[in-house]
Parts: sequence; structure tokens; C-alpha cells
Amino acid sequence: MNFFFEVLVGGLLSGLMYSLVALGFVLIYKASAVFNFAQGAMVFFAVLSFVGFMELGLNFWLALPVTIALMVCVGIVTERLVLRPLVGQSEDTLLMATIGLAFVFEGVAQLAWGVNVRGLDLGIADQPMEWIADNADILVSQLDLVAGLVAGIMVIVLSLIFSKTKVGRGLRAVADDNAAALSIGIPLKQILIVVWATAGVVALVAGMMWGARSGVQFALVGVALKAMPVLIIGGFTSVPGVIVGGLIVGVAEKMAEVFVGPFVGGGIEGWLPYVLAVFFLLVRPEGLFGEKIIRRV
Amino acid sequence: MFFREAGQYADSYAKDRQLLPLRQDKLGMMVVLAIGFIATPIWASDYLLSAIVIPWLILALVSLGQNILMGYAGQLSLGSAGFMAVGAFACYNLILRVPGIPFIGAVILSGLIAAGIGILFGLPSLRIRGLYLAVATLASQFFIVWCLDKFGWFKNYDTSGIINSQAIVIFGQTMGTPVQKYLVVLVIVGVMTLMAANMAQGSIGRGWMAVRDMDVAAETMGLSLLRTKLMAFAISSFYCGVGGALFLFAYLQTVEPATFNIELSFRILFMVIIGGLGTILGPFLGSAFILLLPIFLNIMFHAIFGRAVDATITSAIETVIFGVLIIVFLIFEPLGLARLWQVTKERLRLWPFKY
Repeated sequence: MNFFFEVLVGGLLSGLMYSLVALGFVLIYKASAVFNFAQGAMVFFAVLSFVGFMELGLNFWLALPVTIALMVCVGIVTERLVLRPLVGQSEDTLLMATIGLAFVFEGVAQLAWGVNVRGLDLGIADQPMEWIADNADILVSQLDLVAGLVAGIMVIVLSLIFSKTKVGRGLRAVADDNAAALSIGIPLKQILIVVWATAGVVALVAGMMWGARSGVQFALVGVALKAMPVLIIGGFTSVPGVIVGGLIVGVAEKMAEVFVGPFVGGGIEGWLPYVLAVFFLLVRPEGLFGEKIIRRV
Repeated sequence: MFFREAGQYADSYAKDRQLLPLRQDKLGMMVVLAIGFIATPIWASDYLLSAIVIPWLILALVSLGQNILMGYAGQLSLGSAGFMAVGAFACYNLILRVPGIPFIGAVILSGLIAAGIGILFGLPSLRIRGLYLAVATLASQFFIVWCLDKFGWFKNYDTSGIINSQAIVIFGQTMGTPVQKYLVVLVIVGVMTLMAANMAQGSIGRGWMAVRDMDVAAETMGLSLLRTKLMAFAISSFYCGVGGALFLFAYLQTVEPATFNIELSFRILFMVIIGGLGTILGPFLGSAFILLLPIFLNIMFHAIFGRAVDATITSAIETVIFGVLIIVFLIFEPLGLARLWQVTKERLRLWPFKY
């Protein structure tokens, strides 16, 4: 029974790591109705740059602001060169453009910093926490716990920004209708820049968590791809939905891997989130917390 | 200047709707066919055939399938490599397990099997679109490759996890040399391209385009979304399946399930976008472009640095160039290389008197 709870908690917490990645997607989608396929590549790009700066001799607290500044610049350049020329195009066109963007990020990151796998030490060990092990008799990784905490804080902060502040309301207006938002004086360009810059910072945080756990390497892009089923299950427009979606995906894949995996030779983790997402889509296309999709002729 | 279509009138509906209504186009097509069937087999070297021309034709066929789904029917899919895998492994198993099955029959059957699976994974498209659908097709990509990898039966319990294609035998004749394989591929690709061009022009294609432009409007006009979308998925997967079978038998000869990974799906997607969404010519141009770019880059680096550059660097540069090109094409010429070709033709027609 303890083992079951261990798997459950492990799944919940690793699910939160997916939520961290998915958060960046939601941020951009809520603000500009763009499905940013490149978010995963941004995660990779951000953390690789961070580790790269540290290798150049910057210490942790110096590398962090430098990387954040870099991601803000990346956000601005992206908005200027890719999104502004495509304003008003169909969703599919924008999606394909962000797929192209993802390849640019991946390639540039590898050109700039090389392809070696690097470790990232945040000073948080990926080890079971002792007092939880002593008191509740289940093993929970310290890193997972911290990642979960970070994800929780970010979700709360972002939800507050979206619902309570002027900027947040502006973001929602822009997502609803570009032209209408512009006509009532919402500064579209600034808003998009803010959003892309924030998404870059969120990507950095997510990348640091993943990098600390499994090394900074190209495989991160594949991990980030799993944020998409998380989004679909949670709903694209909901920040809390991302957390729930992440938890569902995390638990489902860990449970399946541990309890069903041995019978079929393992590797279920690779596809289960996507198949799960398809089933959710068939029942509830807008996701658990998403706004209902209404299409008019 | 270079050609005039003046004086060529279509005096019946059938003539007006021909695939190649102009005399010049017909001539051009004959030249292309002559190059394909006569000049290439005679003069092309074995290396050129088996390393460039055969994969080009096969990938063009697969991109054509992807284009049917994405460019004509407007359903974004990221799973084409998965359906190629179905075709390749189905063809291998059919020839292995069904005694006396003809090669062409096996290829067609494996295309049909891929089509069946395509319909299955196309079902979610009835309710979802855009990125949602892309994720659903990712499910097919990962699931299919995993299945083929985990269940030994598909690979005839090969311990190294790879399959080796059998010889291509048509009417008792073994097609072993690159030229023979090239001709087999050329005939299949040619026939299927003709079919695609016909479908795109006929009522099926018009249905797809109506769904692409606005599915709700298409439905209110009496088009069955169920039939149109699933047909697009089935036919697209059929093309991918046949392409996958040829990929194994005529090109690589040895594959493992991981050959058909998501990277391949993305490459095919790029071929379609760069070549031109919703065109027949586009996939051919796009796949040629994407196949030749790495070779071209290598030659250029040799010329600049005088030595071979680290493969990881060239592949990273390649990735960046693909990404940038996608964005540039989407911004400036969403219809891709095919549209550029059309524009050039228009210019040549008017040259040198622009107005």
C-alpha cells in the first residue's frame, strides 16, 4: 500500500513539472490566442543558455538575471519578427509558424552552446525527504516537492494577475478580439511583448526544474511536448486547469508504467498522455476547465 | 514571350476541366515523363538514383498524402511517419506471411491497412481541429511506433529489433538494381500523383477545400463532414502507407520502428509547407528542397572552410534554416515554392512587355 502511495505522490509531483511547462503555453494562448508550439523549445533554449552562462564563469545569481534578460529579448524579437507580420492570420497558420520557431530555437541553442548533456545543480537534491520518510513512511523526492511548490506559487500569481490587474484584463481583451481591443486603446504591441517575455521566464523556471532532474539535454524538447496533452485535458484557457491536467497526466503515466508496464514491456509513458488526451477530447473538447468553443459561420 | 495560350479554346466542359488544358503544359509534361522514364534510367548513376532520386520520389509521395490532409482538407496532422511505419511493416509482414502475394498487391494492401488505421485516428477530427487535432495525431505517432517496437510479431521476432525487406518481385522478375527499383517507384508515384491531381480537381477535392475553408459552412451546405474528413484521413494515410512500404523496400531495405520517429513527421510537414499547401506540385518541390539542402550546405562548408564541418553543427544550422524558412514562407508566400513557380511562369508569359 505504501508503494502505491509512493507512486501516486511521485506521479502527482512529476505531473506538476509538466504543469510548469504547460503554464507558458496557457499564458501565450490566453493573451494572444496563439498556440505556441515553440514553448518546449523555449524551455530547452532558456535552461541551456542558463547553464551555458554558468559555464562561462558567471555564478548562479548573476547567470539568472542575464538569462532572464536574454529571454525577454527573445520574446521581443519573436513578437517583432514572427507574430506581428502574422497578426490576423488563421490559428493554423500561427501554429505552423510556431513549429518553425521551435526549430529555430532548438538549432540556435545547439549552435551557441553545443550538444553535450550538462548537469544542473540547484542545491536541491533529487533524493527522498527524510522527515516525510520517517513520519509518513513514503519516499518523496525533495526536488519534486520544490518543483510542485514553485508551480503552485506561479499558478496563483498568474491567476491573480489575469483576474485582478489592469494588464491582465488587457491580455484577456486582446485574446478575445485583436481589433476590438486595439480600438478601445489597449496597447496591443506592448501587451504581446510582455506576454512573450513572461512566457520566456516561465520557460526558464520550468527548464531549471527539469534540468536539475534529468540533465540539460535535447530530450527536454520531448518532455515539453507532453505539456500539450496536459493542456488539452486541462483546457487551453485555464491556469488552474493546467495544474489539474498535469496531475492527471503525471499520475496516469506513472501508475500505468509501474502497474501495467511490466506486462507489455514498458514504454507506456511515451504515448499514454496523448491517448488520454484523445479520450478527453472525445468527451470534452474544450478541456476540463476551458471555455466552451463556439464556432459561427 | 516564351509561350502564348492565345487561340486555345475549351469548347466543352470536359476540355475546360482537363488537368493540363494548355498545349504547352502537355508538352512540358511529356518532357518531364521522357526525362523520368528514358533519360534518368539511362544516364543517372546508381548513387544518384538510390541516394537522391528514389528517396525524393518516395518522400514526395508521402508529402502528397500529408498535403491532401493538411493543404486540401485543412486538418493539421503530425503523424505521417506513424502511418509510413504501418505501411512498411504491413508490407513486410504480408510478403512474409502470405505465400505467393504479388508485390504490387502487398503494397496496395499495406496502403489500405494504413488507411484503416488512419480512419481510426482521424475520428477525433470530427470534433476537434487545429492544435487539438495535432495532439491527437501525435498520439497516433507515438502509439504506432511503440506498438511496432514492443510486439515482436510485427518484426518476426528479430532479436535486434530491425526488419530487412525482401526482394521486390514483379511478374517473376526480381527488381534488384537501382534502375529497376527506380522504375517501380516512378510508376507507383506517377499513378498516385495522377490520382491525387484528379481527386483534388473533382468533387472530393472541392469537398475537402470547402471543409478547410470553413467546416461549419460546408456542413450547412449539405456536405457530410464525417465522410469528407474521414475520406481525407483515409486517402492521406493510404499515400503515407504506400510511401512507407516503398521507403522500406526500394530505399532503406533495413528499418526499425524508430526510423519513423516524430522527426520524420516534422520533415514531411516542412516539405509540404515549403513546397506549397494545397498544391500537387508543391510536395515534389518541397521534398527536393529539403533533401538537397543538407547536401548543398555540406558542399558550401567544404568550399568555405576547406574541410568537413562537425555534423552536429551542420545539422543545427539545417534546423535553423528549416525553421526560418517555414516562418518566412508563412509570412511572405503561404503557398510555397509551387506558387513561386506559378508566378515565374506568369512573368515569363508577359516578358518582356510587363503590361
